[in-house]
Amino acid sequence: MIAIIDYNAGNITSVARALQNIGQDFLITDNTKKLDSASHVIFPGVGAAGEAMVYLREKKLDEWLKRWFATGKPLMGICLGTQIILDYSEENDTSCIGLIAGETKRFPDKLMSGNEGLKIPQMGWNSVRLLRRHPVFDDVSPAAEFYFVHSYYPAPADEAAILGVTEYGMTFCSVLAKDNLVAMQFHPEKSGRPGLQILKNFCAWRLS
Amino acid sequence: MISKRIIPCLDVRDGKLTKGIKFKGNVDIGDPVEAAREYYEQGADEIVFYDITASSDKRNIMIDVVRRVAETIFIPFSVGGGIRNLDDMRNVIHAGAEKVSVNSAAVENPQIIMQGAKAFGSQCVVLGMDVKQVDVSGRIPSGYEIVVHGGRIFTGIDALWWAKQAENLGAGEICLNSIDADGVQTGYELNLTRLISENVHIPVIASGGAGKPEHLADVLTKGKADAALIASMVHYRTYTIAEIKHYLSAKQIKTRLFW
Repeated sequence: MIAIIDYNAGNITSVARALQNIGQDFLITDNTKKLDSASHVIFPGVGAAGEAMVYLREKKLDEWLKRWFATGKPLMGICLGTQIILDYSEENDTSCIGLIAGETKRFPDKLMSGNEGLKIPQMGWNSVRLLRRHPVFDDVSPAAEFYFVHSYYPAPADEAAILGVTEYGMTFCSVLAKDNLVAMQFHPEKSGRPGLQILKNFCAWRLS
Repeated sequence: MISKRIIPCLDVRDGKLTKGIKFKGNVDIGDPVEAAREYYEQGADEIVFYDITASSDKRNIMIDVVRRVAETIFIPFSVGGGIRNLDDMRNVIHAGAEKVSVNSAAVENPQIIMQGAKAFGSQCVVLGMDVKQVDVSGRIPSGYEIVVHGGRIFTGIDALWWAKQAENLGAGEICLNSIDADGVQTGYELNLTRLISENVHIPVIASGGAGKPEHLADVLTKGKADAALIASMVHYRTYTIAEIKHYLSAKQIKTRLFW
């Protein structure tokens, strides 16, 4: 069973609808006992790091995520769920879960004054360059683009944790992967067919 | 690099499209969910629904439309029209829209932008602005004035001031509609679009005036818009979204070409 962690942070129903569309059963819960019985866990999220961490700590879901990661079973982070698996986020000066060493940083203001006059947040479709093969990205065309909405980006300490990068006035890590964890800054549930393929691949991901 | 977004806009009244949309052959699509599905398949990057339902007791029909759209398409979409308060915003977002757009309600009560941003996040709150060109004056230094009720009522609010104000209040995006250019299909209001886009840090969707792919090319380059709203030019099948995107691509304007 696929479990979506419910922690009062936004886009949980859109992830659920996408799973429905690909014919995948799932449960949405914040109950750690129920989460324990899952085969795969999705950690989504839209919102601010500070508030999200307060809620997760209250429900002891931060500790639960560490235990889950250690079991070696598949875990997927989406957007805010990706940012707060690092140690720290500049957003609200927040100490985070720390599954992966590193920080979540704000896009520098200089992006907005450059020739391209970029906006913060980045809102829209952008591509991802994968640095290596990963089963969750199988059958996803390199020409595919994904829907991003964010002002902060993950910056893992260890480059080996970077699976994919994206250009937005700078090169940033848009997909993290380490062992049984894959985590993306974009929203696969809002990225059309390529996004649905990623969710399908994740649900079928078996680690030996 | 980020792609410029092409966004079809669908007007809905009492749960039905106000104008039929012609697709392959002569199929007339009057169902907003079907039309959204078609545009999703055609490569729309996002969809905007504008609800012009007049009577408030029929508004829950739109909520049902939103719910069905959310089960059918997997790209972002927004809903505007008749959003008066936080409850209206919540209903639309809980039904599955990514974004909700406020227009005249924000003019009357700017705090609704802040309340919406606090409750759902800035990325959910789009400020819709209807703008008319007027003489430059002390009151309207930019020469562009905010109008409401379909352009019938002048508010005395300067469009540039209002755009900056909305950004400060927490709006995540601006949908900028030129009433002068709207429906004429002779091109977007480039000066207005550029003025607003250069002076805020949030994305700007240009609206009003699209008739040909060249118009989109102009507003996305000279007008510095981040996205372009289109209606008639695709509803009547004069162009497909793919044709527009390939035209833009030939002009070195990056759009999402794979879906």
